[in-house]
Amino acid sequence: MQKDDERNRGEEFLQVFKKGAEFTQDLLKENERLRFRLLELENAGLSGGPDSVDSVVKRLNERISELELEKQEILGRIRRIEEENEDFAVRYVEIEEENSNLANLYIASYQLHSTLDFKEVLQIITEIIINLIGAEEFAIMLLDEKSAELQAVATEGVEREQIPHVALGQGVIGRVASSGESHFAEDVLRYQRDFESPMVCIPLKIKEHVIGVLAIYKLLMQKKKFAPVDYELFTLLAGHAATAIFSSRLYSDSERKLSTIQGFIDLLTK
Amino acid sequence: MPDHNILIIEDSPTMRQLIAFALKRIKGVRIVEASDGVDGLKKLSAERFDLIFTDINMPIMDGLKLVSLVRNDSNYKTIPIVVITTEGAQEDRERALALGADDYITKPIQPTKILDVARSLLKI
Repeated sequence: MQKDDERNRGEEFLQVFKKGAEFTQDLLKENERLRFRLLELENAGLSGGPDSVDSVVKRLNERISELELEKQEILGRIRRIEEENEDFAVRYVEIEEENSNLANLYIASYQLHSTLDFKEVLQIITEIIINLIGAEEFAIMLLDEKSAELQAVATEGVEREQIPHVALGQGVIGRVASSGESHFAEDVLRYQRDFESPMVCIPLKIKEHVIGVLAIYKLLMQKKKFAPVDYELFTLLAGHAATAIFSSRLYSDSERKLSTIQGFIDLLTK
Repeated sequence: MPDHNILIIEDSPTMRQLIAFALKRIKGVRIVEASDGVDGLKKLSAERFDLIFTDINMPIMDGLKLVSLVRNDSNYKTIPIVVITTEGAQEDRERALALGADDYITKPIQPTKILDVARSLLKI
């Protein structure tokens, strides 16, 4: 009976020992597995593999740099477009001004040739000088071929009698008429009215033949200087006003002659 | 039917043409011209206008008289009026504004100025 107990205890001990040995084997295997895993992780960290934190940070930094470049490029394009817009705005204002100037020139030219009545032509020239150029005191002087003298035929702001008769080639007005070259006072603001030396004197020419001059003595209060379109208007007036005056005079003369002849014919045929 | 009916009262054909030329840039505009105040009043009674441009110095009936008559007539008193003056004629300009004119433009006239004033008063 005692022997059976000893045998049973021995068998139990062997069982416990076997389990202990198996547990130790398991622990050793687990230890081996963990060491292997640790080695793997260490290798991955050293080689900078795809899963490493550094590589992710590096990739993100690269992306940020790319986006930064893209942003700079977009900002540059916006700046260029803004500059272009400013250019367009300036150009728009210039075109508007040019359009206004062309309208003035077109209307001046259209009106000058809208009639063959001498007085109406003078009235239209006067209106153009007041409304489009902005002159307050001026005279339209025509050359009398017989006496070779320039005489005022229409005035604005001054009496016609105040404007002296000027001999061709004499003084500023006479020289403008003989040379066909325009005269502009050096300083419009400081100009003092002088009937023999106007602020502006423009020859009225048909090709190279001068038929008179336009003499300006004073500008409207708000007009401090001449704009580029004024010089265009002066050039237009120099040519178109001269032809309009010349044609209307010829027409008036022929009308008068026709009327006289008609009167004689009527007298003879009655 | 036009969007904007504008009456120009001005004795100078050159000025009328210049103002009309500038105003024609407004889309849907129709322009009627009158050569003095009396002619202007006749045209005014014949149809509805959205804006009036009138010169001050005109024969038969001047611009000041016209502004006064228009402003005292219940049929037309709401129509905006722009007077055309010279810079020197400050007294006329002030009188016109006191009589009820809405704005003024001075000579020499610039088409862009006419257009700006018209657009402002027509609210376009």
